[in-house]
Amino acid sequence: MKGQAIDRFAATLPAETRASVYQSTKATHEKRTRLLFDQFADPDRLRALAGEIKQHAIENLDTYLPQAEARLRANGAQVHWAGTAEAACAHVLRIMRDRGATKMVKAKTMVSEEIELADYLGRHGIEALETDLGEFIIQIDHDHPSHIVRPIIHKNRREIATSFEREGLGAYNDDPATITRRARHHLRHKYLAADVGLTGANFLSAESGRIALVTNEGNSRFSVAATRCHIVLVGIEKIVPRDRDLGLLLNLLGRSATAQDLTVYTEFISGPRDPAQPDGPEEMHVIFVDNGRTEVLAGECREILRCIRCGACLNVCPIYRQASGHAYRSVYPGPVGAVLSPLLLKENFPQKADLPKASSLCGACHEVCPVNIPIPDLLLRLRARAKEENVPSPGTPPMGPWALLASQPTAWRAALVAGRALNVLPTRLIPVPALQAWTASRELPGWRGGEFRRWLKARRRPAPPAR
Amino acid sequence: MTDDRESILSRVRGALAPLHERAPLPAYDSEIAVLRSLLAGRDLAELLAERMRRVNGLALTSPAAVVAHLRAGGHRHGYCDPALWPELAPHFADGFTVETRFDRTRVDEYAFGITRAAGAIAESGTIILKDRTTSSRLGALAPWVHIAVVSRADIFGDVTQAVAALGEDRNVVWCTGPSKTADVEGILIEGVHGPGEQIALIVP
Repeated sequence: MKGQAIDRFAATLPAETRASVYQSTKATHEKRTRLLFDQFADPDRLRALAGEIKQHAIENLDTYLPQAEARLRANGAQVHWAGTAEAACAHVLRIMRDRGATKMVKAKTMVSEEIELADYLGRHGIEALETDLGEFIIQIDHDHPSHIVRPIIHKNRREIATSFEREGLGAYNDDPATITRRARHHLRHKYLAADVGLTGANFLSAESGRIALVTNEGNSRFSVAATRCHIVLVGIEKIVPRDRDLGLLLNLLGRSATAQDLTVYTEFISGPRDPAQPDGPEEMHVIFVDNGRTEVLAGECREILRCIRCGACLNVCPIYRQASGHAYRSVYPGPVGAVLSPLLLKENFPQKADLPKASSLCGACHEVCPVNIPIPDLLLRLRARAKEENVPSPGTPPMGPWALLASQPTAWRAALVAGRALNVLPTRLIPVPALQAWTASRELPGWRGGEFRRWLKARRRPAPPAR
Repeated sequence: MTDDRESILSRVRGALAPLHERAPLPAYDSEIAVLRSLLAGRDLAELLAERMRRVNGLALTSPAAVVAHLRAGGHRHGYCDPALWPELAPHFADGFTVETRFDRTRVDEYAFGITRAAGAIAESGTIILKDRTTSSRLGALAPWVHIAVVSRADIFGDVTQAVAALGEDRNVVWCTGPSKTADVEGILIEGVHGPGEQIALIVP
């Protein structure tokens, strides 16, 4: 099949997967909307406010990052800065080697996927185990997440049961409760045997150095209850000015992501465990990760750095619902991914320049965004950039003939007359692939070319103003 | 190994330098996110119980009710915060084994864990655990049933108040109902890594 890369991926999606992705994204979106509008008089005001706070935070990173760093240090945590994916991976490896550690449990970190940490550590003899049920299944299947909040939205219970059987986690059983029990039993011993717990961060408060971290399963809590060393990977855009801003954003995050008032486990971690506490890390490392974010900050799409990774834009997007997450070929799928993924590639932007075009610009993603990111505008800016950089755009209908017609009045008038032929000729015969694809399932309306010109000509000119 | 602190900060400054003005921090009243109509005129302990039920949690008001619940569920072996145990012990008759030290090598043996909560949030049905008042992170997390002992006076109305009271503790956890997942076909299953039952024992 011709066309953009995303179209080719989407075309191979099994009908069953498409149906389940469609149903579950639609259900989550509807629950989210009901909850927000039942509970708040003006949810849109909340979204706008949260957006303003995050925009302020990213436009003042030069103040807030050093402030958060100082607070974390004062709380007994160590802070490291990583400019690239390689540097971030190297920090983690060095911290582990310094402790003689060989086993890691991971929870709630998209940045670790962005920097491909598990593969890197594996090559250096370190086991890095995913603990979120969905992420664990992705890991044993050597697959990739297809949704920000629901990583295995593309898999059914039969596939999961088969994977569990293959991994020695019991005889085939596709009952979701049984699958979950088996994972519970298997993973708790992994937490207890691990040397290091690695997590991401949903937010980082500059005021207190507090990391806010949310999970429903409790896997990040277990990772920092069972291990002696906690490593946090945090993208530099996760910062918020004050603790009170955390309150506002947490109120929006759970509701936007999964239609919950609050996610089950909301953790606020600002340092190693209290001396009186028997369990948990005596050592905490926080790694500030750039990996392309400062380039995004310098560009004209910096609003995307407000994103809090709730997945609401995926759930509402007509393209995501049809294409599912793998078509975006990136850790960050859906509308947010269509903006962020090409940008994080920096000079390799053309590799994913098709993503900003995979949108009908319907605006639904902007309407649901809890931090009010104008995603459709950003998509347009990236389309313009692709055009300026002459990125090839396979499957896009040629616009040259249109440009010629629109700039030559004689040719335009001739085309208006000739167009009447469409009323009698079968449209399938028109040798334009894009048009053929369109008319394969739709009828063109009858040709009415020239009506506007006739109307304009017949319209009486207003009398000139009196001198 | 080099640290990228200066290069990152210099890129940040470079990126922000061309901005004519930076987005201001908006002034706002945290009240905007408070579910005031839910809270108006309500007893916070009652509202907490109601909101916990909504997230499949359970609020009880007497140690006897907790013991009856554990007995009915067949949960006979557990962990209890040593500071709470003297007061609770008389309610646990024969047939229960309760340890006041959580032994991580026998994690699967504990069916319930009893620890002190630093507070609760009525609006969202949330239990607040802080490092300084939680006797064992694992004891509150690994067993199937977690019972958090909450003093009535420590119940906050809303999330905003609870954020304001985070305090100096380096580790604060809000638990809103039992551990859960909907990863497999969107079907809700409770008790993934943490408790399958989250209970608050509300005491005066």
